[in-house]
Formats: sequence, C-alpha cells, structure tokens
Amino acid sequence: MLQQLEGSRAVAETVARCRPEVVCAYPISPQTHIIEAIGAMVKDGRLAPCEFINVESEYAAMSVSIGASAAGARAYTATASQGLLFMIEAVYNAAGLGLPVVMTLANRAIGAPINIWNDHSDAMAVRDAGWIQLFAETNQEAADLHVQAFRLAETLSVPVMVCMDGFILTHAVEAVDLIDQAVVDSFLPPYEPRQVLDPDDPVSIGAMVGPEAFEEVRYLAHLRQLDALELIPSVAEEFAALTGRASGGLLHPYRLDDAETVIVAMGSVLGTIKDAVDARRATGERVGVLGVTTFRPFPVAAVADALAGARRVIVVEKAFSLGMGGVLATDVATASPASGPELATVVAGLGGRPITRRDVEGVLGRSAQGTLPRLSFLNLDEDVVARERARMAASRRSGPFAENVLRDLAAGGANR
Amino acid sequence: MDRPFAITLPVGSSRANHTGSWRVERPVYVDHLPPCNDACPAGENIQRWLYHAESGDYEAAWRILVEENPLPAIMGRVCFHPCESACNRVRVDEAVGINAVERFLGDTALARGWRLPDPGPDSGRRVLVVGAGPAGLSATYHLRRAGHAVTLVEGAARLGGMMRYGIPAYRLPRAVLDAEVERILEMGVEVVLGRSVKDIAAARDEFRADAVFLAVGAQLGRRVSIPAGDSAKMIDAVTFLHQVAEDDPPLLGRHVVVYGGGDTALDAARTARRLGATDATIVYRRNRAKMPAHAEEVEQALGEGVTVRWLSTIERFEGERLLIEKMALNAEGFPEPTGELEELDADALVLALGQDTDLSLLEGSEVHVADGVVPVAESMMTDVPGVFAGGDVAPSDRTATVAVGHGKRAAKGIDAFLGDRSFERPERHPLAAFERLNTWYYADAPRTQRPELERIRRQTNFEEVVGGLTEDNALFEARRCLSCGNCFECDNCFGVCPDNAVIKLGGGDRYEIDYDYCKGCGICVAECPCGAIEMVPERI
Amino acid sequence: MTETRVHFYQVGSFAVGNRLLSDADRTVQASRERTNSLDAGHRACQGCGEALGARYALDAAMRATGGRLVAVNATGCLEVFSTPFPETSWRIAWLHSLFGNAPAVATGVAAAMRAKGRDDVRVVGQAGDGGTVDIGFGALSGMFERHDDVLFICYDNEGYMNTGVQRSAATPPTARTATSEAVGADPGNVFGQGKDLPRIAMAHDIPYVATATVADLHDLERKVERAMTFRGARYLHVLVPCPLGWGAASADTVRLARLAAESGFFPVFEAEHGVVTGVRRIRRRVGVEEYLRPQRRFAHLFAGEGRPDLVARLQLIADANVERYGLAPEEE
Ligand SMILES: Cc1cc2nc3c(=O)[nH]c(=O)nc-3n(C[C@H](O)[C@H](O)[C@H](O)COP(=O)(O)OP(=O)(O)OC[C@H]3O[C@@H](n4cnc5c(N)ncnc54)[C@H](O)[C@@H]3O)c2cc1C
Ligand SMILES: Cc1ncc(C[n+]2csc(CCOP(=O)(O)OP(=O)(O)O)c2C)c(N)n1
Ligand code: SF4
Ligand code: SF4
Ligand code: SF4
Ligand SMILES: [Mg+2]
Repeated sequence: MLQQLEGSRAVAETVARCRPEVVCAYPISPQTHIIEAIGAMVKDGRLAPCEFINVESEYAAMSVSIGASAAGARAYTATASQGLLFMIEAVYNAAGLGLPVVMTLANRAIGAPINIWNDHSDAMAVRDAGWIQLFAETNQEAADLHVQAFRLAETLSVPVMVCMDGFILTHAVEAVDLIDQAVVDSFLPPYEPRQVLDPDDPVSIGAMVGPEAFEEVRYLAHLRQLDALELIPSVAEEFAALTGRASGGLLHPYRLDDAETVIVAMGSVLGTIKDAVDARRATGERVGVLGVTTFRPFPVAAVADALAGARRVIVVEKAFSLGMGGVLATDVATASPASGPELATVVAGLGGRPITRRDVEGVLGRSAQGTLPRLSFLNLDEDVVARERARMAASRRSGPFAENVLRDLAAGGANR
Repeated sequence: MDRPFAITLPVGSSRANHTGSWRVERPVYVDHLPPCNDACPAGENIQRWLYHAESGDYEAAWRILVEENPLPAIMGRVCFHPCESACNRVRVDEAVGINAVERFLGDTALARGWRLPDPGPDSGRRVLVVGAGPAGLSATYHLRRAGHAVTLVEGAARLGGMMRYGIPAYRLPRAVLDAEVERILEMGVEVVLGRSVKDIAAARDEFRADAVFLAVGAQLGRRVSIPAGDSAKMIDAVTFLHQVAEDDPPLLGRHVVVYGGGDTALDAARTARRLGATDATIVYRRNRAKMPAHAEEVEQALGEGVTVRWLSTIERFEGERLLIEKMALNAEGFPEPTGELEELDADALVLALGQDTDLSLLEGSEVHVADGVVPVAESMMTDVPGVFAGGDVAPSDRTATVAVGHGKRAAKGIDAFLGDRSFERPERHPLAAFERLNTWYYADAPRTQRPELERIRRQTNFEEVVGGLTEDNALFEARRCLSCGNCFECDNCFGVCPDNAVIKLGGGDRYEIDYDYCKGCGICVAECPCGAIEMVPERI
Repeated sequence: MTETRVHFYQVGSFAVGNRLLSDADRTVQASRERTNSLDAGHRACQGCGEALGARYALDAAMRATGGRLVAVNATGCLEVFSTPFPETSWRIAWLHSLFGNAPAVATGVAAAMRAKGRDDVRVVGQAGDGGTVDIGFGALSGMFERHDDVLFICYDNEGYMNTGVQRSAATPPTARTATSEAVGADPGNVFGQGKDLPRIAMAHDIPYVATATVADLHDLERKVERAMTFRGARYLHVLVPCPLGWGAASADTVRLARLAAESGFFPVFEAEHGVVTGVRRIRRRVGVEEYLRPQRRFAHLFAGEGRPDLVARLQLIADANVERYGLAPEEE
C-alpha cells in the first residue's frame, strides 16, 4: 500500500521490519530522522528484543555494531559525512572481520568547509573499505535496499552500506510502498553467523596476521566481493518476484538500446537525468542513462556490457578525487569496452548544489557539440575562482578562501 | 564452525609454540637444609615434621620425628633447642617454638599410645650398650630398628641416666621419662639393672656381644678445694640431685649457697628452694651475660626466689658463714679479684662446677682416653674395633640431645661395622640461608609462650613448671615455620608463572617445570617464599 | 571463610595457594582446574606482568561466571603476543577489534547478549593503559555513563609498550620512555596533572571501581569476583610491571608491583558507587626510591649526583596517595 512518507521514515520502518537486534547510532544530519524513528520504536517496545544504544561517537557506533555482530546479533547503524570519517577505522575493521553490519549512509559533503548538504564524497572515502555499497535512486528503492542489504550481508559475511542522498531522499516525502512484515520474514531468515562469540564454543576472533597470510586474507575478501556480484542480481530478482519492484541489482539501465551517448550516474540525480534524456530522446537524440546501483563491488563486466554500443559516455558524479578527477568515472573507464567510447566527467552537485534538467540537457548539448571537456565542473563560478586566485597571488595573508568566496557572493557581484 | 581463514583461530593453539627455546637459564626445584635441622644435635628433620604438624596430622609429624629421636616428650622439655637459635624466623620476628611443638607431639603420642616402629628383622648380632642415659637409650632404639639384639647394662637402679638422676622432676616429670623409656623397651631389649660394668672387654665377652656402645656419661661431680671448717656441710650438685631423685634428699638447712654458673647450679638452687631453703643463693664469679646457664632457666630461677651473687668467688666456708670475694671485670672482660670480702649466711654449700667421667672400666683395654673423654671417629667408633662411645663420654657438648644424636650415629656406625660396610654420613644439602627466603609471604605471627606454673606453687613442690602447648597453640606455632629451603606447596610458583609453565602435581607431589614453555624469567624463584627453586644456566 | 579454630595459615593469604586453607578459600590460580584463559605458548616477553595479570583476572572472571564469559581486547601487547596467526593463546571466547574501541565493542557484545536473552553471559573489556587512559578514554567514559553491563579491565604497564615503549597518560613523571627521553634539564616524562582513571571512573558513580596489582592475587581475584556481583559498568585497574619497558629484571615483576603498592606510589583500593569502600593498607612501608631504583627507566634519577629533588617530588605523590586513601600501615 502506497503511503506518503518521508524517506527517513520509510527506511526506519523497513529496517524495523528486518528485526534488527542491536541498533546503535550517533546523530548527524541528514541521518537523524532515521535513527530517531528507530530509537522511538525500540523504546516503545515494538522492536523487542532489540537494543538501541545512544553512543558518544560514530566510532563507538560502529564499534558497538562490531561487537554486537560478532556476538551473533543483527546489527544496524546509520551515519553521514563527518560521522563516517570519524568511524572509518571501525568501518574497515567490520569488513576485515567479516561482520554483516548494515549501515545507512545519508550521503553528505565532507568539510572543511563544513557543509550539511548532499554529495557523495563520504561514500567515496570508504569505497576501499571492503563494504558492499548500494546507491538508492528513490525512497522506495532506499527502503527496499535495506531488506536486500541484510540478506546480502548475512549470506556473504560482508557489511553493506545503503547510500541514499541526504535531504534529497532522506527528507523528501514521497509515495512509498512499505514492505509487509511477512514478506520480509520470508525473504530474510534469522541471522546465522559464520563465526560467533560463544562461551560454549570459544574462538579467538581478530588475530594478528603477518605477511605470510595477509595477502590471502585480502584476496579471499576480494573473492567474496566478486561472489556478491553474482548474488546481488539474484537477490534483487527474488525480491522483485515477491514485491513486484525492481529495486536493487547491479545497474539500472534506461533507454540504452541504440544509445550513442550514455550518462552514467548514481543516486537520486538519476531521476533528473532521466527526465533530461526523455526530453532529448523526444528530439531524436540517441541518448540513454546507466544508473549504477552497486558501486562496490563494481560490476565491471555488466558496465562494459551496458556501454558496449555507446560512443560517448558522460559520468555525472557528486564527488571527485582532488588532483585527479572523477571517482566513479575512473571505474567506468576501467570497465569501458574495448570499442573505447569518449569519456567525459562532469562533477556536479557538490555540497548540495542543485542539478536541474536544464543543466543535464546542457551537458548533453555540449557533448553533442564536442565541447564537453574530459573533466568539467557543472555551474562552476569561474569569476569567484579567478578573484580568489588573484587575491592569493597578491598577498600572503589572503585569508581563508571559503570565507572569501562567501563574502564575494554576498557582495552580489559588487566586486566583479 | 567453519572459521574465516586467519581472522578466527581455534582456542589454545599457541601450545604449538614452544617458548622454552628462549631460555638462557632454567629454574630447578631444590631441597636445601633448614638451619633448624642443621643445628639439631639429634639430627631431627624438624622442618619436615613441622610440615605435617601444620596440617594437624600430628601422628605423621611424630612418626617423622621419631625416625631420628625416640624421646620427643623428653626432648620437648629438656632440650636447650639450638634449632631455635638457628631458626631463620628469628630475623622475621621470633624463632619458631620448635621445642614446644616437639613436646606437644611427644605428649600427644604418649596420651594416644602411639608406638614406635617395629624392630627390624633379626640380624643375629648382639650389641652391648653400657649406660642407659639418652645416648644408650637412643642407640638401643636405633639398633633395634636395624634388627640387632641389645643388652642394656645400667649401673643404677633405674634407667634414664642424668635424665633421671640429674634433671629435676619439676623440669622432667618422671612419668614422662618412664613412658618414653618403656616404649623403647617394648621393642625387645635385654636390660640388666644395678650392674656396674668394671671391665669393658670382659663384659663384651660375657654378653657375647659383637659390638659395644659405651655410654656411661659423666657421673662425678667436680670438686675444688675450699678452706672450710669441720662443721661446714659441702656436697656436689650431682650427688645432691641424685639423692633427691632417689627420694632421699640430704638435709641442707635454711640457707643454701650454690657455687657455679651452669644449669646444674640452677637446678641445685631451685631444688634446694623446693626442699625448704628460705634462701638459695648462687655464687658466680662472672656476670650474667657470661653465665653459661640458659637465660630461660635463670629467669625461672629468679622468679622462684633464687638469688645470685654475681662477680663473686668463695674464699672460705666456716660453717653457717661463707666468705666471698668481690670480683671486677678487667679490660678484657675477665673477672679479677678486688680483695673486697663479704659474708653470707650458709648452712650448706653445693658445688656445681661441672662433671667428670669415670672411665675406670676402660683400664686395661686398648680404648684410648684423652682429657677425661674418649676420642671417637665419625662413626663414633673408638680406637678399638667394635667399641663405640658417645654421649657425655665423647668429646662434645654435654646435653641430652647431643647424647641422643650420638646414640643414633653410633647405632649406624655399629650397623655398618657389623655389616662390614664403611660408615658414610648422608650427604648434606646446602644450607637454606635466610637470604634465600622471600619473607613477604609469611603471615606476621609472634611466638606463642608456653604457660608457666604460678610462682607460689613452684617454690614448694616438684610439679612441672613449664606447661605444654594446647593443640591450638601447637598448630599455630607449627604454622609459623617458614619451611626454609623445602617446598611446602604454597602454589606460588604455579601461580606466578606468566607462561603457565609450572605443572602442579598435587597431593603432596609438589611441582614440575614444563620446559617446553618456561622462558626462564625467574619469577618463580624470586617469589618462592622458602627458596626451594634455583636458577641454573641453561645447558646448551 | 570457613570456621577454623586457628586463624593462622603460615602464608595466610599472601601466597597463591595454601594447603592449610579450604579449597574455597584458595585462589583460582592455585587450582589445577583453573581455565588458563591465556595459555602457554604466547609470545610475551620473559616475566611479562601483563600476561600474568590477564590470566589472573580472566581466570577469576571465568570462575565467577561459571565459564559464561566473553572478552573483548584492545590492540596492544596483550593482543599481539596472544594471537599472532596461526596461533592463539586464548581459551575463552575472545574478540579483538581496534586499539581505541574495546569499551564500545564490549558494549555491543553485551547488547547482543541481552537482545538474545543470554543474560548468563558476561562481558569483559580489556586494554593496556594506552587503550584505556588515552585512545579508548572516550569510549570507556561512554560505556560507564550508559552503565553498560561490562567489566572493563585496564592492564596498566604505564606506557605504550607494544609500539616500543612510548609515553602514555599513565606514564609516571620522570620515567624515561622513547618519547620522553632522559635528557635535558627535566629528564623523562613531565610532571603533568596525571590522569587518574580509577578516580575518573568513580566520578561516573558506577557501582564498582577497583585497583589491584599482580603482587596481591587474593586481592585481585576478590575484586574480580566482587565486580561480577554487580550488573552495569565496572572498572578494574591492574598494575602490571613490564620488564622491557621499565628496564627491570624479568624476575622482578611481582616484586616491583609489590613495591609500587608498599611505597604508596600505586594506591590499591576499591570503591562502590563512587565512594571508597576499602583500601589495601601498606604492610611494610618503603620509600619510593626502593621502588624506583631497580627500574632503568628511572636510572637518571640516581646516576652520578642523582636528582634527589625529583625523587622527593615522586615521594610526595606517594605520600599524597597514602594520605588520600589512608594507606598507612596499622602501627603508623
Ligand atoms: C643437673 C643436670 C641437669 C641437666 N639438664 C640438662 C638439660 O636440661 N638438657 C640437656 O640436654 N642436658 C642436660 N644435662 C646434661 C645431660 O643430662 C647429659 O649430657 C646427658 O644425660 C648425657 O647422656 P649420657 O647418656 O651420655 O650419660 P648419662 O645420662 O649420664 O647416662 C649414663 C648412664 O650410664 C650409667 N653408668 C655409668 N657408669 C656405668 C658403668 N660402669 N656400668 C653401667 N652403667 C654405668 C649411669 O648410671 C647412667 O645411667 C643436665 C645434666 C645435669 C647433671
Ligand atoms: C588507532 C591506532 N593508533 C595507534 C596504534 C599503534 N599502537 C598499537 S598498540 C599501541 C600501544 C598500546 O599501548 P597500551 O594500550 O598501553 O598497551 P601495551 O602494549 O602497553 O600493553 C599503539 C600506540 C594503533 N594500533 N591504532
Ligand atoms: S623457620 Fe622452620 S624450617 Fe626455618 S629454621 Fe625455623 S623451624 Fe626450621
Ligand atoms: S613457590 Fe611454594 S610451591 Fe613453589 S617451590 Fe616454593 S614453596 Fe613450593
Ligand atoms: S613489552 Fe612489556 S607488556 Fe609487552 S609483552 Fe613485553 S613485558 Fe609484556
Ligand atoms: Mg601500556
């Protein structure tokens, strides 16, 4: 039954139906509404037996999840941005120990300058941590992905991060079909750990491993990620069979048949891009969209397949690696078919800057004209940049540049 | 469980890693000789019997005790306990009351009727023991245990030697003496009483003895010439005490003076008080610090009203009055006459100036005598094969305990002689010196005092002055033992090893080091309270 | 204690065992049935106090919980020497996650047990002083504040030993470490304000806080046992001399722990609900010098003319402890 729900609430309700046993989190926008809602459900006993733990930091939140998971409990947490970075050591650790923790990442920019709005820098910062990273396009998908995430995590003994765009999804009220408890129960069996802290069958978990076995341990973890590439589509199919919804999977291709130009992107921006593509298609342009749902493990073969017919590939992404360029783009390049389409990266939407249909159409236009550079920044205010560069050149004490830029903009271009 | 590779490991698997290979020194368990055992003239294994007494197993303790000394109830009363002077606990607080516990064990054995071990299988050999003092009795006991037949010939009417005719009953009740002597006789001994041996060789033939143990003691009271009037009554202490012991005390009058500074002098003075002397005064030429008598005895005597004239010699005894000369210590600490004279009332003078031996029975034999005593080898054998001597006749300290030790050693010597073996003293372990101990671990515990008979009662009767310990006190006292140099199973080594390399065998079997894992840190050695572990260099 | 007429047992309760006491009154360590939670074959240095302390504490906890125990360990010597692949020395259910998060991981385990209705299983968190007083401090304080059902044990060897003996907030003033060398006018570690974690723990009003050393096993075991009678957050701080880091003879580990307590430099006490309820009074008081001298990390205080001024300041610390907790021996 469709309901008008805030994204965070939809996720909270869905996580609740996954019967978590330990939920532990530390507040940070835009994740707060999720954990507030779950916290309330635990407190009123609806989720019993479930422990909700208010910790003193994200580092503790992930650590509690690690302990809970190692002790055989289904563990869930959520965070964003600074919080993710604060727990990063434990993020790696959960994966290294093979603990199937599920975490919602309400994607948000990383400071400084501090910024609470959406982009994907946080997710990119932990892409090598050994977690499965799934990106939701809509609130419906965000909710559904959590059910699949527990199933994947616990099957593979690998932690899973469900990424949903901060504010854009978390705070947006949309129609969502909440999954039935009975469906979840049939889809998600109780957690059966591969290793567990049990006084009746004691083991030592978390040994120190030296050069003699470390590479093998790492390689085994890699193989498990490759296993995930097999499992993710089948889990999504099974889910679809039960719910009729095409949530999850590796990729969301859209109007790719005969597409010469393909925009690759992740998350909620796909909706805008699809609108733009629809508009261009209406004018006869052969454009399509490839939504990446599973970012880690990266579905190299599937991406290559999907892009096989493309001549131009434009990666629109909400993060970039300073001094290098696109992150997703680098992976797409690696996956690109031998036919070697032209590849352009458009860094967009940083720190919550809106990406409109017009913006995307503009990109497509430039691409068609051949004026889209290999790396560009959508709607970059070149003047502001130029002035700050000039100030820096003029004076050693040019001051903090974030504040300078703000002052420039507040002056309404008076300085221009 | 199918465990994730390398991340998760099965418990206890590190036992595959033999860390013992790191070691450069290894701990080894040792037994060192406790100073008490070392000092005990009877060679008792004190630490060992205390160990059993500590847990309340008095019979086991007593059995270990009588392995060496068949007279614990007597020893527990009359021994001057050199073991206690040597005891390491002196340096913690006070010596362990070994002697008191010994007496407790001895008395308990008598009360419960524990019997000495059975004699050994008959060897077909016979030994003649001359003199039934502690030396002769001890030898008899050990010879019987070795299976030899014993003929015990005693000149006096009863057995016991100086224990009966010297040591007064208020220190050694005769019932105790009789019981312990009787227990030895129960082992089967041929006793000849009232027969003074005159010729040692003849007696050996007469009793068809394969060997002889000479234990006739020192029976003659030493005399000095003191100018005295005719009416002056003089007696030597040995004779005096002997007569008292035979229930035939001489009449000494109201004022008795005793001359001498040894234990015998004290016994004589204290006995005189009990016989009715209003004053018993000891005249001694040196000061108290130099007095050979044991401090406890002096204390007790003073407590009973005995007085002492220190730094005094007797000039003249003129019946009822005694002239004494004051002495003064010179620079070297020796007493020198001052010429200053004093008078004392005296109805009788008892001379307690030591004892001499009567070795006339050796005249005509080959047995060599020097300075009034019989020189002996380690085995206690004299110059004449088969003739052994011990106790007061042999050159040594003259105490009942030494005599018991001699008797034991002579029995071993005789046994070796009869078996045509050479006599070997058992190897002695190195001394468990105080420095080896870690005294931190011992609970603080001042020594228990034995109860003493109230003074007023002591002045008039021969009731035993010093009481025994109650069981609780004996247990307490035993537990004060530090068990020097010998493991007492405190589990410290088992506990403090960071590498779990000490194996506890349990049930009195002590411990073993597991050298597979011992890294040689030495904590067990440092923390062993009693110094029963030692580090030795690892052999490579 | 059972009723025995003679309340004197030779080594009383000072030694590990005592054949004169009833089994129940002997230490866990005296028993051949002890768990040996940390088993042989581990790679700790010779004479490692931490290896000793960990076995003491965990074996006691195993007895107190009837074997229903899970331990969570921070990174540090204890973790490294006990679980180098492919061998582990643990005989109990044990988890190592990170250096700074052991208290939180332990919370997670406790939460899982509660959610699973396994209230019988108790959780111990453990770390070195670095993992407790420094990097794990926030997580520990959080665990205390929430009153999670965890006994946290700090094995305090007064430095980051695993990484090569660097200074921690638990390193005593003047002690030489690799990051507080014994050079210059103020050699060794600074005289800071100190970071007295047991007292900080007490300030959380948790039901049980105690300190102990590897030199008094009965005391340590009793405290573990006492701690296990409470639910909620509890803290035990155990002094564990480190021969390597302290520059001491391996055989001196227990002796140094004893001297630390007997000098008053390391106060041994316990507190319930924020109030001191018991102290282990000094038995044979010694000056700090007797404690410091056998340790090379303090050698500069005694070399040449020495630094009596610094020794005097350290003595003041000990005196303050004696004063604060009333540690003076009975007769003083
Ligand atoms: C008054 C006094 C008090 C003492 N108090 C103590 C004390 O408290 N503690 C202590 O340790 N020591 C004490 N001693 C010393 C101790 O008694 C002797 O050292 C010990 O008794 C010597 O033992 P023994 O067997 O060599 O000789 P004795 O005990 O003297 O026994 C020798 C025996 O041989 C017998 N005998 C002698 N000649 C012959 C012969 N020709 N034929 C047959 N039998 C013969 C004697 O009658 C006697 O029974 C004391 C001595 C005296 C005199
Ligand atoms: C986040 C982090 N920082 C630093 C380290 C390096 N490190 C590992 S153990 C350790 C010191 C441990 O000291 P302590 O907790 O006192 O234990 P000890 O080794 O002394 O027993 C350090 C600094 C680490 N593993 N993780
Ligand atoms: S303490 Fe015990 S073993 Fe040591 S000397 Fe004294 S009685 Fe003998
Ligand atoms: S430490 Fe205790 S148990 Fe070990 S050898 Fe010494 S006395 Fe015996
Ligand atoms: S460095 Fe110290 S704490 Fe670490 S293993 Fe060695 S002795 Fe133990
Ligand atoms: Mg440390």
